[in-house]
Amino acid sequence: MSLAMKQQQNEEINLTPLSIAKPEAKLYLSFMYVAFISLFIGGLMGLLQVLVRSGDFELPLGIGYYQILTLHGVILALVLTTFFIIGFQYSLLGKTVGMSDKQRKLGWLSFWTMTIGTALTGTAILLGKANVLYTFYAPLKAHPAFYIGLALVVVGTWVAALVNWHQVYVWKKAHPNQKTPLLAFMVTINMIMWVICSLGVAVTVLVQFIPWSLGYTETINVLLSRTLFWYFGHPLVYFWLLPAYMAWYAIIPKIIGGKIFSDSLARLSFILFLFFSIPVGFHHQLTEPGIDPTWKFIQVVLTFMVIVPSLMTAFSMFAMFETTGRKQGATGLFDWFKKLPWKDVRFVAPFVGMLAFIPGGAGGIINASHQLNTLVHNTIWVTGHFHLTIATTVLLTFFGIAYWLIPHLTGRKLTPKIHKLGIYQTIIWAVGMLIMSGAMHIQGLLGGPRRSSFSEYGGTEQAAEWAGYQAAQAVGGTLLFIGIVLMIYIFMDLLAFAPKGEEEFPIAEEEEDAQPTPLWMENWKLWIGITIALILFAYTIPMIDIIQNAPPGSPPFDNIL
Amino acid sequence: MHLHKYEKIWLIFGGASLVLFLAILGFGAFYLGTHPQSHGVTIDPENVEANEAFQRENLGITQVDDDKYIVNVVASAFNYDLGSDEEGNAVSNIEIPKGSTVLFQVVSKDVIHGFNVAGTNVNMMVEPGYISSMEVQLNKAGEYTLLCNEYCGVGHHMMHATVEVVDDESGNETAAE
Repeated sequence: MSLAMKQQQNEEINLTPLSIAKPEAKLYLSFMYVAFISLFIGGLMGLLQVLVRSGDFELPLGIGYYQILTLHGVILALVLTTFFIIGFQYSLLGKTVGMSDKQRKLGWLSFWTMTIGTALTGTAILLGKANVLYTFYAPLKAHPAFYIGLALVVVGTWVAALVNWHQVYVWKKAHPNQKTPLLAFMVTINMIMWVICSLGVAVTVLVQFIPWSLGYTETINVLLSRTLFWYFGHPLVYFWLLPAYMAWYAIIPKIIGGKIFSDSLARLSFILFLFFSIPVGFHHQLTEPGIDPTWKFIQVVLTFMVIVPSLMTAFSMFAMFETTGRKQGATGLFDWFKKLPWKDVRFVAPFVGMLAFIPGGAGGIINASHQLNTLVHNTIWVTGHFHLTIATTVLLTFFGIAYWLIPHLTGRKLTPKIHKLGIYQTIIWAVGMLIMSGAMHIQGLLGGPRRSSFSEYGGTEQAAEWAGYQAAQAVGGTLLFIGIVLMIYIFMDLLAFAPKGEEEFPIAEEEEDAQPTPLWMENWKLWIGITIALILFAYTIPMIDIIQNAPPGSPPFDNIL
Repeated sequence: MHLHKYEKIWLIFGGASLVLFLAILGFGAFYLGTHPQSHGVTIDPENVEANEAFQRENLGITQVDDDKYIVNVVASAFNYDLGSDEEGNAVSNIEIPKGSTVLFQVVSKDVIHGFNVAGTNVNMMVEPGYISSMEVQLNKAGEYTLLCNEYCGVGHHMMHATVEVVDDESGNETAAE
């Protein structure tokens, strides 16, 4: 390593993270308020669903099962995740590259655009005018306010993306020839991926759904709308996952008293996620009649490519755990495992999340396996799968972040009492999910459908067998709801009741003798170019086929909701 | 960029597993022809009868050869139209002799539906404008639930029928021989 590089690196290691001023903290916290309110509402809907599906409970006041299912999906998968992520990413950039007053004002613009959008969509659902589930598949038609609200949420995230990129740009100008801080690099990647993929849902909502729901166009191209949705829908799940990976790569090492395993490996895995998250939407459409099977298979291959950066992440995590444990004096093959801070909830919650990603990821490989997908498509196996990935891996990591982020922003301390409560919360979550998701996986393999209210299906033996698993899901779901109530209590405590003090914003550093990160890692034009080339390769021909060979369009249906 | 030796081993092992999985899937799909259903055959959802297969008298199960059957179905919220029996009542149960080859052809008259003979490989999205079709052999006798597994409206969970795979004794003997 040359001396100049060494000096530059030392300088970086000594860069002290910035502090977050009060007005900034207020912005970040606002996103967290919406996220945790959403968690409570969405969780309550989930509880009602498992109770209805147990067959022993009926919804009062004429509330429909599919209404609460729509609310559950929208408020958890779209609102909770997006608000938490945007707020968390703002805080990461505020801490690593800084935020100007002007950027903060635009930050508020993003917050209010997203919040107004959420309110519009939420109102349409609560009035029962949008029982179309969170995927809003045409030709089921919701009230236009549902789609307009969703479009506003997306536009708000675009404002956030522009602010984020500007933050990094300003820092880069002030620090020429230095590598972007790891977390800022990761946020940049996630927002590039997000903007490129959300263009798809924006196009279908603005060009297809809104004019059609307002009556300006008579029919809609159903397959085109689904394909645009899933062009967005799969990278959406990586938009959820990458912030969790940010915490795993660059925050957890600090919490457990270790160092970043490899800065360049972390960056490389994020670059690979950017490439392979988007051109893979067909693996959600494998059992559809209108898409050429060869193109389905090509996207299956691309889907498998996105497993590689996850394998890299798994290796990095456990290598980092072991290195840290050994530095603390661990000997033998597995002794380092005991050295991990098992009483620190900031570590325990995300760690359980990581474990859940092992079966979660394996299930994902099954789902994406072309013809094998036929066996599980739209069965409740799929619901079990994403309750492991998003609702355990991602969510427990987000909880793990909240334990230090909230008190850091409110000027309070994470107390031993909350550590303990948080660990109970994690255990309740793990047990509840094991029961619920496990029962969903098994019932799905037996053919039980997802997204369906309780039904005896005319009294078949199969349906009777499914009922037992649905009862188990009610038990697991109830435990999960208790976990949510506990988490809300913890959130409120950290907001307003925990003792005043200073809680660390943990940002991990590299080993002092770490190899320097190659400069080509920040060749943004190249990364974006490759991403777009892959998308064009995977989608151009099938899209032309879908449009050219389209059947007659579909009129709206809203009288059957 | 430096990669740890164990990491190289791990990634080579992981990468090789993925290549193996893909090779198996590709062999199945392109050589054995087990692609998921994808035919791209279009139809006007408001006039499905224009296609002979979906005219009222051709719905339900039809024997076309010794061991060959076709099942034509028109899906609409919240019902599978499997034709009518001799007394004019709607059919809600079809019987298929075990081991015979069955071609399922399904269309939707309104929104998207699912078509799943639960516990078997018969699992298709049914979208307005396309004919969904799949040929299978049902080799295990028993009663199967045919159900809609894509949300289609308030009565979605009431959209079902049954498929009975029946042990045909003579067929059994032939198989035994």
